[in-house]
Amino acid sequence: MPEMTYSAALNKALREEMNRDPNVFVMGEDIGVWGDGGGVFSVTKGLLDEFGSQRVLDTPISEEGFVSMGVGAALVGSRPVVEVMYSDFLTLVMDPLVNQAAKMRYMFGGQAKVPLVVRTNLGAAGGKAAQHSQSFETWFMHVPGIKVVVPTTPADAAGLLKTAIRDDNPVLFLEHKLLYFMKGEVPDVIEPIPFGQALIRREGKDVTLVATQVMLQLALKAADQLFEEEGIDVEVIDPRTLVPLDLETILTSVKKTGRCVIAHEAVERAGWAAEIGFEVSLQAFDFLDAPIVRVCSANLPVPYTKDLEAVVIPGLNDIKDGIRAVYQGKQYSRGGRAINE
Amino acid sequence: MTVDKDSKQNKRDNELEVRLLRTMMLARAFDSNLPTLYNKGLIQGSSHSAIGQEAVAAGACLALRTEDYVTSTHRGHGHTIAKGADLTRMTAELLGRETGFCRGKGGSMHIADFSVNMLGANGIVGGNFGIAAGAALSLKMRGSDAVVLSFFGEGALNQGAFLETANMAKIWNLPVIFLCENNHFAMSARPEDMLAVGAIVDRAGAVGIPGVEIDGMDVGAVFDAVQAAAARARAGEGPQFIAAECYRFEGHFSGDTMAYRDSAEADLWLERDPIPRQIQRLVSAGVLTTEDVTSMESDVKAMVDEALVQASAAPFPNPQQAWEDVYA
Ligand SMILES: Cc1ncc(C[n+]2csc(CCOP(=O)(O)OP(=O)(O)O)c2C)c(N)n1
Repeated sequence: MPEMTYSAALNKALREEMNRDPNVFVMGEDIGVWGDGGGVFSVTKGLLDEFGSQRVLDTPISEEGFVSMGVGAALVGSRPVVEVMYSDFLTLVMDPLVNQAAKMRYMFGGQAKVPLVVRTNLGAAGGKAAQHSQSFETWFMHVPGIKVVVPTTPADAAGLLKTAIRDDNPVLFLEHKLLYFMKGEVPDVIEPIPFGQALIRREGKDVTLVATQVMLQLALKAADQLFEEEGIDVEVIDPRTLVPLDLETILTSVKKTGRCVIAHEAVERAGWAAEIGFEVSLQAFDFLDAPIVRVCSANLPVPYTKDLEAVVIPGLNDIKDGIRAVYQGKQYSRGGRAINE
Repeated sequence: MTVDKDSKQNKRDNELEVRLLRTMMLARAFDSNLPTLYNKGLIQGSSHSAIGQEAVAAGACLALRTEDYVTSTHRGHGHTIAKGADLTRMTAELLGRETGFCRGKGGSMHIADFSVNMLGANGIVGGNFGIAAGAALSLKMRGSDAVVLSFFGEGALNQGAFLETANMAKIWNLPVIFLCENNHFAMSARPEDMLAVGAIVDRAGAVGIPGVEIDGMDVGAVFDAVQAAAARARAGEGPQFIAAECYRFEGHFSGDTMAYRDSAEADLWLERDPIPRQIQRLVSAGVLTTEDVTSMESDVKAMVDEALVQASAAPFPNPQQAWEDVYA
């Protein structure tokens, strides 16, 4: 299998989907010629040359407008893939996504189909500070009618993007800034990967750890180190999609290990760890040997300078601490409270 | 004999003139029934009467082709009727019945009939600008010669989404018609207090979209303007803007006491009611007799009544249906 970056894998999947289906088109800011030929993270590289400006639309800086146009185009038969340059700008497209795209099928009694993909990227990438580092995936889990995808490996990114494009529903496809230039094996033939199928990335018998994206990578490292250093055997689960969520795989694992850690880069308070943790406590209560632990960002904006950023975003040691805590039956939290709350 | 026999470009024949009148009457009869439905407890939530604005809905939709699309607003019954939606299914939707267009999940504010390319009313003021422009983008990409018409009130013009989508419609030369119904109110807000430009069309002019201001109480004027705009959009001339001046005769929604409204102003506008105006035109031209008019009036009333009878007989959705249609 060839190795390629996450960005290149997304690019390949996008190109193949555009070739497969003439109704697929892409739009977004600076996706045509910026950088080395398409997009701040090169995901749309070369597409303008290949498909022309009719299907690769460089938009003005009008997020609400062009996401809303994606909704309208999807409604009458196109399959738009709309790029929002940073996920922080999702704040500007809440109406088209939440009130329009997610609601149309329901409020129109099944008449509408909205095959729209909105691609953007989550997370901190070092020094991007408060308006370019946030992780908003939980907000959209809270909106019935949208699917939420959070791929980690290049192969998953490519396969899940194909599924997203072929899905007849609005899909929020959340990439991660730090993953774009990481490499991984991608099959020669990229098959769509079904939504709602978690993967066990590492088998283990002592602790179940659920994580996505950068936290997943740290989780795998933490698991290897703790196994070697302290003999704790961690099972690491990658949900891959948050809506739909493969709770079964998580529950089965927790029933085996009796301990559960959930790690995410979104802030701790009301993040999706709370959702999964609640379901685990409800559905695997009798199997739990320790309080559930979450390792998440502190309840703070993301600061600029390195040492402060590290206070907010969990690192490898935080995840190891979380695992140790659950293993010892102790409570753990790094969310904290701002002083004047 | 045609009423407008002097007009070279947009000949409206008598049959069309009568259809315009009839469509306005039907829209009026439908909205006139809303208070009764409320009083009988048959409908809940908000529904917004467009009484007084029927010329805009009828003139615009009849100037479009069946394959053309419209996007509508919270004040959308007239648009929906004029685009050709079935009255019984509309009524059933207001009554929350299973047979309604949205199977009882939408109600008045989310009526949609995709079978006549009516892409939905919208509970979000300004929410349909991008949907209309995006539909136009898709149609253009796929080589269709259909156009999209976006209805909206003058209040919606102050949403940033208008500037964003109108600008994109212009740079991409999209076949979309922005039709502003200036009914002089956005709830209690007056356009002269809220719009920083004097002329509404200047908003479109700001992004280079040609615009016309028309008398929205004259169904013929609306028809002609929309027909011309649609022809230009179809011919590849890009987005068009029409500002139709009209008046909201009733409250914002049922129960609005309209303490903010000046009755002298309202009286002046009531005199310009588009329906008597069209009747007078057709009767004085000898196209219709007063008996014809009376029978048209009782006809549309009977249609609305019959729709209510049928809709009332339809079942409410099974509670299990709350779980359906979230995802395709
Ligand atoms: C985004 C948004 N803001 C506010 C409202 C509440 N609201 C409903 S209708 C309306 C007035 C709209 O005025 P206009 O666009 O002129 O349409 P009209 O009601 O006159 O038909 C307001 C403020 C809303 N539904 N959506």
